[in-house]
Amino acid sequence: MDIAFLYETFVTLISAIPLTLQLAATSVALGAVLALGLAVCRLSGIWPLDWFARGYIFIFRGTPLLVQIFLIYYGLGQFREVRRSAFWFILRDPYWCAIIALMLCTAAYSAEIIRGGLQAVPHGQIEAARACGMSRFMVFRRIILPLAIRQALPAYSNEIISMVKATSLASIITIMEVTGVAAKIISETYRAIEVFVVAGAIYLAINFILTRVVALIEYRLSPHLRQAPALPAVAAGEMR
Amino acid sequence: MTFLKTLAAGTFAAMALASAASAQEKTEITIATEGAFPPYNLTKPDGTLDGYDVELAHYLCDHMKIKCTIVAQAFDGMIPALNAGKFDAIMAGMSATEKRKEVIDFSMSYGSTGQAFAVLKDTDLSKMPLKDALYSLSSNEEGARKAVEELKPLLKGKVIGVQTASIASRFIDEYLKDTVEKREYKTTEQHDLDLLSGRVDVIMASMGYLKTAVEKPTNDEMEIVGPRFQGGFLGAGSSVGLRKSDTALKAKFDEAITAAKADGTLKTLSMKWFGFDLTPQ
Repeated sequence: MDIAFLYETFVTLISAIPLTLQLAATSVALGAVLALGLAVCRLSGIWPLDWFARGYIFIFRGTPLLVQIFLIYYGLGQFREVRRSAFWFILRDPYWCAIIALMLCTAAYSAEIIRGGLQAVPHGQIEAARACGMSRFMVFRRIILPLAIRQALPAYSNEIISMVKATSLASIITIMEVTGVAAKIISETYRAIEVFVVAGAIYLAINFILTRVVALIEYRLSPHLRQAPALPAVAAGEMR
Repeated sequence: MTFLKTLAAGTFAAMALASAASAQEKTEITIATEGAFPPYNLTKPDGTLDGYDVELAHYLCDHMKIKCTIVAQAFDGMIPALNAGKFDAIMAGMSATEKRKEVIDFSMSYGSTGQAFAVLKDTDLSKMPLKDALYSLSSNEEGARKAVEELKPLLKGKVIGVQTASIASRFIDEYLKDTVEKREYKTTEQHDLDLLSGRVDVIMASMGYLKTAVEKPTNDEMEIVGPRFQGGFLGAGSSVGLRKSDTALKAKFDEAITAAKADGTLKTLSMKWFGFDLTPQ
């Protein structure tokens, strides 16, 4: 392996990291909002909403993200009606097409994760909150949602990580994120192994930091699962 | 030992003499083509070879007063076969690239499609000036620069689609870097789609490719405009491939191609087979 070339490749690829992070962060954030809406629809008990959410999840989970990106970018652009519509200024831009595709896809997966988290909230806790006189919305905001997030977090961290990696698919619609730049370097130098090793290491580093952050959040949200620190005797006495 | 040395020296001298003699007095050569790369070369239903390469080969041989036999041969493996002496020349739409030049020699170019622009019909770019003009980056670099300057006002701020790491992409980097926004695609079909949808305003690709692309029924809104560029890093175009040792034959081919250029044969043949002029500038 040629260390100088690896270093040079690394320096070039670093400049593409902000775009990769931006794609992942924006689509995960927007996708989470959409996913919450879908999960609520699924659990609403109102059948048109429930079936809409089921259909949505079925389609977006059942088709490859690559195909979705192609359909949104090249597919929609073929219709004159779309090109003349008010949405074209968004769909014209490859960046926003990538965000939309990633967002729609992650929302489908996350909706099921959030639904699982919501359904795992112990019924007794909800009853207790209702008994305290909280309104339905307040119960949701104060009791159900925080507990659901805590329970869904391990599964959701999987989804965030796979989204970071999924941003690499955006390179096929001319977006020069890490994989896009890597592919460009390869077609100029024909040195696939070195370049992809560096690109892979960059994704690994991003995801390492990400898993640490999620682990920290999980720790903060689960004080009830840790052994309580022993209260000093004096303090305990004062409390009495 | 002395005997062996003499023998070796003798053999070497004989070989050198033989090759020198054959190079000077070749009256019969075999030319290989592919027969499956229209319009450069193709095999007709009756099995005979035809195409731009083949017709030009006949002309060149007549001019050189050499008797030629043209044979069909698979494109990959053509270069090793040439060096192994299976035939004496290659005319198969083969571009004289640096990599191939390491192994074999090339005559001067007998056809260059060049790089051209395509846009949507009835847009402001469809009135691009210098239509069909041809500029060489090697022999007329100044002219090419002037042509680019003339295009700049029209191209200012436009989005141009090219294939990743292609010579068109390099052309944009070197001549139009601050004028246009470059977007790179994996395949040429993809930038065609984005031209049709209006995401890019103009594309740049090989004229040979664009010519077939605009004839596809789905691309009827696309048209080729403006000047073409060739030479320099854009490549010298198709040339006759020859063994490095056959310098005399190379000189003969060069002379014959110059004649074909001068008397308009290259133009006539390329108009017949391609519909535009391939004559290298």
